[in-house]
Amino acid sequence: MSTTFIEGSIAVAKTVGVCRPHVISAYPITPQTHIVEHLSELVADGEIKAEYVNVESEHSAASVVLGSSATGARTYTATTSQGFLLMIEVLFNIAGMRLPVVMTCVNRAVSAPINIWNDQQDSLTARDSGWIQLYAEDNQEASDMHLQAFKIAENKDIMLPVMVCMDGFVLTHSFDPVELISQEQADKFLPPFKPEYYLTPKNPLTLGTMVGPDGYMETRYFIEKTMHASLQVISDVAADFHNQFGRFQGGLIDTYKVEDATLVLVAMGSIIGTIKDIVDELRAKGQKVGVLKVRSYRPFPKDEIYKALSHVKEIGVVEKAVSLGYGGILVNEIKSVFYGKPKTPKINGFILGLGGRDITADTIHQVIKETVKAASEEKFVGLNEALIGGK
Amino acid sequence: MSTTTLTAPKEQSCTLLASGHTACTGCGEALAAKLVLGAAGSDIIVTDATGCLEVFTTRFPQSSWEVPFIHSLFENSAAVASGVEVALKALGRQNEAKVIAQGGDGGTADIGLQALSGMLERGHDILYVCYDNEAYMNTGVQRSGLTPFDCMTTTSPCGELSWGNKHNKKDMPSIAAAHGIPYVATASVAFPKDIENKVKKALSITGPKYMQIHSPCPLGWRSNPQLTIKVAKLAVQTGLYPIFEMENGKVTKVRKVTTPKTPVEEYLKIQGRFAHLFKSPKGKEEIQKIQEIADRNVEKYGLA
Amino acid sequence: MRLDLGAIAKAGTSKANQTGSWRNYKPIFHQVKCIGCGLCKIYCPEGCVTMIEKKKYTVDYTYCKGCGICAEECSSSDIEMIVEEK
Ligand SMILES: Cc1ncc(C[n+]2csc(CCOP(=O)(O)OP(=O)(O)O)c2C)c(N)n1
Ligand code: SF4
Ligand code: SF4
Ligand code: SF4
Ligand SMILES: [Mg+2]
Repeated sequence: MSTTFIEGSIAVAKTVGVCRPHVISAYPITPQTHIVEHLSELVADGEIKAEYVNVESEHSAASVVLGSSATGARTYTATTSQGFLLMIEVLFNIAGMRLPVVMTCVNRAVSAPINIWNDQQDSLTARDSGWIQLYAEDNQEASDMHLQAFKIAENKDIMLPVMVCMDGFVLTHSFDPVELISQEQADKFLPPFKPEYYLTPKNPLTLGTMVGPDGYMETRYFIEKTMHASLQVISDVAADFHNQFGRFQGGLIDTYKVEDATLVLVAMGSIIGTIKDIVDELRAKGQKVGVLKVRSYRPFPKDEIYKALSHVKEIGVVEKAVSLGYGGILVNEIKSVFYGKPKTPKINGFILGLGGRDITADTIHQVIKETVKAASEEKFVGLNEALIGGK
Repeated sequence: MSTTTLTAPKEQSCTLLASGHTACTGCGEALAAKLVLGAAGSDIIVTDATGCLEVFTTRFPQSSWEVPFIHSLFENSAAVASGVEVALKALGRQNEAKVIAQGGDGGTADIGLQALSGMLERGHDILYVCYDNEAYMNTGVQRSGLTPFDCMTTTSPCGELSWGNKHNKKDMPSIAAAHGIPYVATASVAFPKDIENKVKKALSITGPKYMQIHSPCPLGWRSNPQLTIKVAKLAVQTGLYPIFEMENGKVTKVRKVTTPKTPVEEYLKIQGRFAHLFKSPKGKEEIQKIQEIADRNVEKYGLA
Repeated sequence: MRLDLGAIAKAGTSKANQTGSWRNYKPIFHQVKCIGCGLCKIYCPEGCVTMIEKKKYTVDYTYCKGCGICAEECSSSDIEMIVEEK
């Protein structure tokens, strides 16, 4: 297979294009822009047959794809940060209405202060929205994940929206060799969208009803149950993809040198690449370290994570988001994986890279050093002491 | 006396808004929606904003809609309808249905104005219908941008320092028309034939259309449910609710007010939301201000 | 009806809801002076007035909420509102 040296955003746009979306709607925001600009070009050039709707806000972008999806169309949108927050009301709605929309969340910090650089605070705020959230490590995975996303979302036993999260700038604006997916390959992998229910006078249904205390809780239960069922579907789709394309970037999780490791770092997104380099470096020195990538954050693959890490003594969870007033987010979910289990490893959490703060080899070395220490509250790593010093 | 009343035939009257909805007795909005659907026919897909209409027609597991219907949120009916319309196009199903977006005055002129503006500007082939009952009724009669001057609502109460709503009703039809859309119309539940004609005409025109229907709310207006049509008629006859059509930005047709003109008191005095204006001599001055609003409407639209 | 797929309801199912039980007043269609204008049917917010023949209209009490609009608007004062006996 041939690779193309291509910008992450363009690779993603091309993959979305071969998924044959009927309707694309988006509102521009840095660093999501290159994706939607390229999609609008593909539509303008007739390379993909889709309706591209230029809307007046992200709230409407999400609402347009909601309406289109409910009418039986395959739909796509993309946003980040402030746009994501503006969309959030609709995102909950899309999930509650069981519409298999696919979106890219280009991960970016949230204002105030306004900051256009990468962290993962935006998508994590929608953790409980009912969207399946997948996090991409590199541009190959980000590109491939979109094809998988439509297949997962539209599975008739799932019918939930899927969000592909990719780190802003770090991935979207970097040029890498990517194996692009051809139209024939995509068609072979992804069947046409044929929903059971959609808006048509031929079968006039009422969508978006009001449900009282007598049924609302069940709607949540159904989504929760489906989230659990989607664990298998996400793995299966990744396996199908492996079969057809020969590429495998993990199903629910991916591991790197974890099998015999005593210390493992856990993370999501592009930081995995940086950690892998350090793992190699330390392995060369004889240290038994590894890294676990959480690929599917929602649904959260507790069992897989436990299976992969049950032999590990020390875990460091590295995250680019913070629950203000609590501390780490992912770290507490990783801790909960071991609750009630016979052996509990030592787990430390690290908050880093917020608002685009550099994550260097040194940062990771520091994290590993701290992971070895006694378990404690989550630590901010990479703070500028001069800015916080003393007063 | 009741001996001559026959029991209803098994076959229900075939309205596309089914009976059994839970609107208050004498609800003008329920009537308006029934009339819109009746005129539009069954080959439509409708969207609706959160509000009374949505709540009283779609309490799961029941629905009063005999046509395909979708409700999403309060402020996005126009955007959801845009999505429906483009999807029909993208799927080659555009001949299957006309798209009608609906919302209350709050869902249209306040929180949904941005989405509506987008829909109008983008030229979607959609008829947007605003059911104007002049306040946020679903949440308990709070003021909206379409609440009339000096009207009492739960968030524009009258008091020592207040005569009720301080602001004039937003000129929503002109805002819609300013988007350069082909058709804008106002209507009233008092004139069902007019609603029918306007809905049919609107649906025969390709592109975005905006219609605003005055729909009395006995609960919020504190009017007798029996008088829903009377109240609506008086709003038109006094000039307080001008009924007109605008085609390509020009007023092309109006409904004339009565001659001699009906003073606004006739309209105000049968509604509790204006009762405070009749309780003190100073209220007379306020009523005069409202009369001036009516007079300006008559002048502006040539209603005399 | 699919609660599990986003709470989808079937068309027209509110007919199961007999709103006639709300009624405090009850319209009596005398069917004497009726001129067949149809206003009662057009104006009824419940859609529960039907035409039997040209000058004979009737009401389905299953849904009639007794608002009185039909009586108020009747062209020939042929509809009377009486207190509902419960
Ligand atoms: C974002 C958001 N804000 C507020 C509400 C609460 N809310 C629901 S309906 C409504 C008022 C509806 O008023 P209007 O659009 O005039 O319709 P009506 O009920 O009067 O027919 C409000 C304030 C909401 N559902 N969503
Ligand atoms: S509050 Fe007003 S608009 Fe709402 S159902 Fe009752 S009468 Fe109709
Ligand atoms: S009283 Fe009201 S609900 Fe009953 S038939 Fe007359 S108009 Fe309809
Ligand atoms: S409104 Fe009166 S006159 Fe007209 S059809 Fe009904 S009963 Fe007959
Ligand atoms: Mg209102």
